[in-house]
Amino acid sequence: MSTNTTAAAGREWRSRFPTVNYLNADYGIKSWLLTKDHKRIAILYLISVTFFFAIGGAYAAAIRLELLTPMGDLMQSATYNKVFTHHGIMMVFFFLIPAIPGVLGNFLIPLMIGAKDMAFPKINLLSWYVFMAGGLLTFSALLFGGVDTGWTFYVPYSTNFSNTYVTLAGLGIFINGFSSILTGLNFIVTTHTMRAPGMTWFRLPLFVWSQYATALIMILGTPVIAITVLLLALERLAHVGIFDPALGGDPVLFQHMFWFYSHPAVYIMILPSMAVISELVATHTRKPVFGYSFVAFSSLAIAVFGFLVWGHHLFVSSQSVYAGMIFSLISFVVAIPSAVKVFNWTATMYKGSISYDTPMLYVFAFIGLFMIGGMTGMFLAALGFDIHVHDTYFVVAHFHYVMVGGTVMGYMGGLHNWWPKMTGRMYPEGWARFAALIIFVGFNLTFFPQFLLGYMGMPRRYHAYPAGEPMWQVLHVMSTGGATVLGIGLLIPAVYFIWSMRYGRFAPANPWPGTGLEWRTASPPPTENFLVTPVVTWEAYEYRPIEEMQVIGPGAPDQTVGGQHPANRGVETEER
Amino acid sequence: MQSIPIPNVSLPVPFSPEQASTFAPHVDALYVYLVTLTAFLTLAVSAAIVFFAVKYRRRQPDELPRPIAGSMVLELTWTIIPLMVAMTIFIWGASIYFKAYRAPQQAMEVYVVAKQWMWKFQHQTGQREINELHIPVGARVKLTMTTEDVIHSFYVPAFRIKQDVVPGRYLQTWFEATKTGKFYLFCAEYCGTNHSGMGGYIYVMEPAAYQQWLAGGSGAESAASQGQKLFQQRGCASCHQVEAGGQQGRGPTLYGIFGRQQQIEGDGAVTVDESYIRESILNPQAKTAAGFQNIMPTFQGQLSEEQILQLVAYVRSLAPAGQQPGAAAAGTQTTSGPTTGGVPPSQQRSNPLAPTGERQGSPAPQAPPAGNTGTTGNANRRP
Repeated sequence: MSTNTTAAAGREWRSRFPTVNYLNADYGIKSWLLTKDHKRIAILYLISVTFFFAIGGAYAAAIRLELLTPMGDLMQSATYNKVFTHHGIMMVFFFLIPAIPGVLGNFLIPLMIGAKDMAFPKINLLSWYVFMAGGLLTFSALLFGGVDTGWTFYVPYSTNFSNTYVTLAGLGIFINGFSSILTGLNFIVTTHTMRAPGMTWFRLPLFVWSQYATALIMILGTPVIAITVLLLALERLAHVGIFDPALGGDPVLFQHMFWFYSHPAVYIMILPSMAVISELVATHTRKPVFGYSFVAFSSLAIAVFGFLVWGHHLFVSSQSVYAGMIFSLISFVVAIPSAVKVFNWTATMYKGSISYDTPMLYVFAFIGLFMIGGMTGMFLAALGFDIHVHDTYFVVAHFHYVMVGGTVMGYMGGLHNWWPKMTGRMYPEGWARFAALIIFVGFNLTFFPQFLLGYMGMPRRYHAYPAGEPMWQVLHVMSTGGATVLGIGLLIPAVYFIWSMRYGRFAPANPWPGTGLEWRTASPPPTENFLVTPVVTWEAYEYRPIEEMQVIGPGAPDQTVGGQHPANRGVETEER
Repeated sequence: MQSIPIPNVSLPVPFSPEQASTFAPHVDALYVYLVTLTAFLTLAVSAAIVFFAVKYRRRQPDELPRPIAGSMVLELTWTIIPLMVAMTIFIWGASIYFKAYRAPQQAMEVYVVAKQWMWKFQHQTGQREINELHIPVGARVKLTMTTEDVIHSFYVPAFRIKQDVVPGRYLQTWFEATKTGKFYLFCAEYCGTNHSGMGGYIYVMEPAAYQQWLAGGSGAESAASQGQKLFQQRGCASCHQVEAGGQQGRGPTLYGIFGRQQQIEGDGAVTVDESYIRESILNPQAKTAAGFQNIMPTFQGQLSEEQILQLVAYVRSLAPAGQQPGAAAAGTQTTSGPTTGGVPPSQQRSNPLAPTGERQGSPAPQAPPAGNTGTTGNANRRP
């Protein structure tokens, strides 16, 4: 619907942009691959995690196709086992863990705290190279023949029985871990040392708090998975006898070590998404987040308690009954800070000015889906209940509600919210709302039936299921249908994001408007982020009359035109 | 824990498997509670969001709502109340778990050996089955399980029970079927290529039908007597006395040892249970009995898991009258159980809880089936 007036308005805004921004400051592939600019590194992450997400998604499609019928008729068992393993490995290690910190965290943390870059720009670039090295190594293991152990690599299957590329894939994950550690280290040091004058801890956007908590888990937890994978490789290659009972080892020890990282890793995946949601709620209701300090400290509480609950993955693994009780108890406690966040976000909407822009639609989706994901986590933490549903589709449904309903919704919402800042272009609002709706419907249709399947007893990682249970097939068909809708829903943004980079409306500096420092510089920002160092004199999420929310520094493009805010100008032409 | 009444639902819950064990109604009741809580909370929050989203939708492009910082009272309310609700779930869940993982002292015992990709069962009376297990309704059945290769998980949805089976260990679970029928048995822990094919059925039978089924077995020899043969063949008898009051050999006398506290070299004592016997066979140096030299060779790799279980059954049977195999040393928690007296060891293999108690010394006198090491050859399966 770009009319002549829109185009003219666009040209007008174009003329007000700083002519040089981080995207056009330099050209050529070398300028990207050797960049130390956190914003460019974020774009590198965006491209790479999208690539890995697409691969993981393709494997998911294969799983769903196979399960349309009870018989294992599409592929052989050995192939199916590799397919679900590859889906898990790609999605967990190369999408869910790096996506929001790598893309949005890298892009936004320096901008939000008023810094010119990360504390260690070279380490930041190194972390991307390490990530790519790990990712491509693991991907090559999948291409050479694949891995069939499940993403959890349980011993002794992975050490003594599997004839697949376990060591190579493990090496990729081992290397990838260093990327997480470097990113976490950078976030922590940056947050401590690079804040602009006046940006006190309690003026930080909640995004930064949550990313900080995530970074703590990254640097404390990731070394454990590195050691675990290393021991796994040693055991596989040299039979050192750490896990093999025939050599005096203990296979359950592996599960303890694996989940000591991998449970906190769940919070590496969800905390950044919560970080995004806090920002989106504030921006799209134009209100400060209700109970700022409770939301901030709940992130830290999740990070701390998250390290104490790994044993809830071992309720049926021969762990002692009393250990099980302790882990169960703490698992219930760790659910509370998440609940507090949900209640605070909801309360933020009270008497707000709630927009229905796409990022806010993802907030609605996130809260609803995360509620179900979180509550079903309480189901699984209940010991006696877990016995029945452990390792069934109930668990599959639960963690997809948290990981897709939580992390992916937050990621999508965040991408839409900051897309104008990252690219200087608006995405098409109508298409984006439509896609959000399709994704929400497709997601629920995919994963809700899996709760029912799980309670009915369908074990996970099953290539075939009893044909004598017609209801199982009905639910699987629903799930596959939903996955199709979800897949289409996810393709739409891929198309319009790429489209918008060339054809999208030019974005003003502060389209929504938001209060964070990232909105007080140009869209896209110049390489040095702020032409003058900002001095923060306001509290987090302190909304003022819009005319007062000035962009900082000379070259500021963001001036009101004709008494109307540029953001609203855009919305008007787009929507009516 | 038994004193806390655990709620039941016996009404059919939609989208749930049949309720065929004493646990099932407990788990289903908790499920109904959790679903209700979740529905209530999700609907309440969703309703609030929808209400706010409609009522406070943006009407003017540049409107600015009044900021609201927060409320300590509200924060405390929605921290403490959910925590209290969570604790009710915790207690409820833990009480079911406690019951499920404490095997009763008195139970009909079945040995289970898992391997890629089958479940092998042996009844105390010697019958073997593969991927099928016949049990009587209304009897407590205790499974002592291990695996020859990777980790598997014994899962019967209709019973709402699941227990991983870990190599190198004996793990136990138990159930009491409340309904006759044929129920799915699955392997729930991913175990390799044919994981989804590693399943079968549990046949729950009326006690009389079960007795008939047992009697129809083609002359199964009891697990203990198979163990006795092995004991002779493998030369165990040259060091270990099995008679009461016999002269001590180079190894500890095994008569009456099961369920006892055994002093070990170095420090401390262990309860002689299934796991200790297994360890002593495979890794004799690990905990040598005090006063004996560390001279026993390992049988690692020379005995199958099933043979070890038979040896365990044999050692358990070497007990004075009155110390029932089913009564002692159940799992890790109990040391030695109360006894119900009176039955000579050779007659203790019948199910102590089976309502019809006349089946004593049932092993049929016919020749035993061929070897006992095979994995498939000698399964006494009924058609």
